[in-house]
Amino acid sequence: MQPFSYKKAGQAENAVALVAPDAEASYLAGGTSLIDLMKLNVQTPTELVDINPLPLTKIEMQGNGVRIGAMASNSDVAYNAIIQERYPVLSEALLSGASPQLRNMATVGGNLLQRTRCYYFRDTAFPCNKRVPGSGCPAIEGYNRIHAILGGSDRCIATHPSDMAVAMVALDAVVQIRGLKGERSVPLIDFHLVPGDTPEKETVLQHGELIVAVDLPASPFTKRSHYLKIRDRASYAFAMSSVAAALDIQNGIIRAARLAMGGVGTKPWRALEAEKALVNKPANQASFQAAANLAVAGAKPQKYNAFKVELTKRTIVRALATVGEMA
Amino acid sequence: MKFVLKRRKLGQLMIVSTVVATISNFVKKAVAQTQVQKTTPMLKTSTPQTTKVTLRVNGTAHNLQIEPRVTLLDALREYIGLIGTKKGCDHGQCGACTVLVDGQRINSCLTFAIMHTDAKITTIEGLAQGDNLHPMQAAFVARDAFQCGYCTPGQICSAVGLVNEGHAKSDAEIRELMSGNICRCGAYPNIVTAVRDVLEGKKDAAV
Repeated sequence: MQPFSYKKAGQAENAVALVAPDAEASYLAGGTSLIDLMKLNVQTPTELVDINPLPLTKIEMQGNGVRIGAMASNSDVAYNAIIQERYPVLSEALLSGASPQLRNMATVGGNLLQRTRCYYFRDTAFPCNKRVPGSGCPAIEGYNRIHAILGGSDRCIATHPSDMAVAMVALDAVVQIRGLKGERSVPLIDFHLVPGDTPEKETVLQHGELIVAVDLPASPFTKRSHYLKIRDRASYAFAMSSVAAALDIQNGIIRAARLAMGGVGTKPWRALEAEKALVNKPANQASFQAAANLAVAGAKPQKYNAFKVELTKRTIVRALATVGEMA
Repeated sequence: MKFVLKRRKLGQLMIVSTVVATISNFVKKAVAQTQVQKTTPMLKTSTPQTTKVTLRVNGTAHNLQIEPRVTLLDALREYIGLIGTKKGCDHGQCGACTVLVDGQRINSCLTFAIMHTDAKITTIEGLAQGDNLHPMQAAFVARDAFQCGYCTPGQICSAVGLVNEGHAKSDAEIRELMSGNICRCGAYPNIVTAVRDVLEGKKDAAV
């Protein structure tokens, strides 16, 4: 690992003031993604600003919604009584991700910013447009079983690995960001970027900007929600395909729907067309199947991941059926 | 056939004796640990960027002169000499390095020692009270919940963390919440049984 200098920050404004002026500086939160990648020399910050002392760990009601501090651990959010009761999809998504040890360390802000698990990105012996812009993408011609079928470009087909972000994007979450010039809010759906010609640019965050909270608005569908994750082993594995689903059903008719997918997109993937197609339809298998077909309509599978198209459709239908049966 | 049986018995004897030796070793280490205050790192190599870092491990303060890039795992093993905590994958994927920080289980390979100067760190060496094994250690021995033993310190620390968390009620939940600890020998069924034993007599298991 490359050496670096280390500072602790006690207040958000101090942390921002330390990181913003130095292009090689980085925030250090849970460390589960950053330290892993520093060991691989994929990330090589020369200064780390430890933000663990920041008072940003609260999970509290704000209006009718909930504000989750960016430094709340994945475990704290997953087992929080408000989250479990009002946003079960988020609790389930968090508990399906990583391991208990990692969830105790990982933070909400860090989870949103975790890097892809693409093997070529993680191995500096290979070119990678995300790691070294312009160097090429071996995944497109190479072994791409875990890669994206939605949102890819001819420069990058790496998936975003988060489960939490998939649930949050389905819940219309809003990211609160602090920078040198003050605070701003970005809806999570606009926070992550598709790779296009600049796969190295993964979010709208400017260097030095700090995620301070994630807000979950209140909506009629959030209680009736579910996260279904399909993976290569029973637990502790990244998604081959995952679905966050939420439905507002009245008298058997869907009034509002939210549908997002993980493990298949270059960012946490919201299926807006499929959601629209569900509205005013009966909550039955035919409606769910039609939505599933729409959700993967734009899929561009690669040599080794074509199975994800059918897998994702079935995962969507099963997740929606589970939500449909919830009281 | 007779020969095979004999060999198996011999093998079992060897395993038992190794286990006993391992346990008595870490009990001894735990005792030694509480008596000796180490102020000099075991590793003497230094670079200009070292900093003084004090870690409180198993009730003892250790003053280390280390670089910020030293992980908690390496600080425990290479600088303090507590080699009970194991380095497996070194990337947070196997759980062999699991320790308890303020009662919470974490992967010590994915965190820097310098981040934990205010914390109470407990390793496998700190679980036993003198010659009395921690209930989770005793359960692992009673249920034969290991073969080679390499993942065992991490399994036990993780299981103690699981009990502290209080979310596992069924065997299925024990399996799910122990999924961060990989056992190459496949001792999982007996690990689940050992953890269940402790959960059923819950009050003895907390650190």
